[in-house]
Amino acid sequence: MSAAWSESDPIVDIRDVHKSFGPVQVLAGVSLSMPMRSTACIIGPSGSGKSTLLRCINALVPIEKGSIKVRGIEVNDPKVDILNLRRRVGMVFQQYNLFPHKTALQNVMMAPITVLKQDRAEVEERARRLLRKVRLEGKEDAYPGELSGGQQQRVAIARSLAMSPEVMLFDEVTAALDPETVKEVLITIRELAEEGMTCLLVTHEMGFAREVADHIYFTDRGLIVEHGPPKEFFSNPRDPRTREFLGQIL
Amino acid sequence: MDVIYDWFRQLYIDHGINLTIVYDRFDRNRMLGGLWTTIKLSLTCLALSVLIGLVGAWLQGARSVLLRAVVQGYIQFFRNTPPLVQMYFFFFALGSLMPQVRNEFGFTQPMIDNYTWAIISLSFFAGAFNVEIFRSGIEAVPKSTVEAAESLGYTRLQSYIHVVLPLAFRVCLPALNNNLVNLVKTTTLAYAIAVPEMLYVANQIWSDAVNVPEMMTFLLFAYVALVGILVWVMRKWEQSMALPGYGR
Ligand SMILES: Nc1ncnc2c1ncn2[C@@H]1O[C@H](COP(=O)(O)OP(=O)(O)OP(=O)(O)O)[C@@H](O)[C@H]1O
Ligand SMILES: [Mg+2]
Repeated sequence: MSAAWSESDPIVDIRDVHKSFGPVQVLAGVSLSMPMRSTACIIGPSGSGKSTLLRCINALVPIEKGSIKVRGIEVNDPKVDILNLRRRVGMVFQQYNLFPHKTALQNVMMAPITVLKQDRAEVEERARRLLRKVRLEGKEDAYPGELSGGQQQRVAIARSLAMSPEVMLFDEVTAALDPETVKEVLITIRELAEEGMTCLLVTHEMGFAREVADHIYFTDRGLIVEHGPPKEFFSNPRDPRTREFLGQIL
Repeated sequence: MDVIYDWFRQLYIDHGINLTIVYDRFDRNRMLGGLWTTIKLSLTCLALSVLIGLVGAWLQGARSVLLRAVVQGYIQFFRNTPPLVQMYFFFFALGSLMPQVRNEFGFTQPMIDNYTWAIISLSFFAGAFNVEIFRSGIEAVPKSTVEAAESLGYTRLQSYIHVVLPLAFRVCLPALNNNLVNLVKTTTLAYAIAVPEMLYVANQIWSDAVNVPEMMTFLLFAYVALVGILVWVMRKWEQSMALPGYGR
């Protein structure tokens, strides 16, 4: 299946995805597609299913109907090789979710060693390089409890990158940070996007979305109400719900 | 050494305090044997009960309803019955069902001896509590941390070993300490099935030397020392696992 995929195909291809938690329908037919090396932002009101959509993409949450393909891998296939999927999809969370009992360096090194069984020395070299890349040189031996929110979030980004993913998912990664540190995390993400990483972000940072995204999706009550290139989307929103939301937030 | 032995012999003559376990070679060796048996019994049961706790807590998170019910049944059974009755049950009820084997001298003997039954029964007894203790620790690990591990491709077992347990341990160590201290004290129950641990040996000695008060006092101090060492080791362990900027 994944052999049939070529680089000109969408790397993330979501079609008509439905998901309910009990009686609550959270995703009611979402479709979204991302070419390789593109950046997309999802914006929308609280509870509209943004996090759930991201979590469906790396199979943290099973879907009921529709299809999600990452690099040609059908996520919803019961026989899907979960590890093969997850090593290609990095995910960064709002609350960082670092492993508090491991140092920054160990946090970055753990998964490649445990999950991918890679050589420790080689992984350590890569981990140090990644920490330098997210500007955390000198913090290798600090525990998460000794780092600021922004620093922890950048460790979390490095931890995901250590798996050499092809797609990165960011779920409101700056929402828990104070304005000062938001910037340092956004810079890191922008660099990633510029280097050609495929990035899908849920964010409330409209300025940032406008700047980095190739495409913006607006969700409301489990549906993508409107989407388009940032310029069009922000200057000329068509749907009344989009207008109302942008009116509140800008 | 002889100076010490003579001093204790004199203590008996002058004051009637008869510590045969110091000056009498035979009693001394008996008591050292008893001490060694208690230590072996304690360490083996400590290790096995922790292992049972870890495996049980893992199985409690299993998908299979049957497995979870088995673990729950095990916990209820061992928590709600007296450990002495459990030991009798293992030794007399289960023991009588076990086949006899011929030993190297040609005599028949039970396949599982009383020492082994004591280990089995005490490990399961303390293990039942350990399952609950570990489970409480596991429940304190944030779901989001486990999800982060999952999203990095960890299997359930890998995340249990590398993420959940190390964090759960830190939370439940005080409760675990308590239970392990209890276990060391409970090893005296092996007396009931004639395992030559300290209490059993002390009983033999006082039957011969008629020095019940001395032996009883000695026993109390011996257990204070044993438990003290255990608590000290656990405290050191707890300190070595403390995380800067995390928890307390
Ligand atoms: N595991 C779950 N069980 C039950 N309901 C859930 C679960 N996860 C999410 N929900 C519900 O699904 C809905 C959408 O949640 P989701 O987290 O995807 O929203 P969101 O768009 O990310 O919102 P926010 O901007 O507040 O993060 C909410 O109503 C939420 O209560
Ligand atoms: Mg969310």
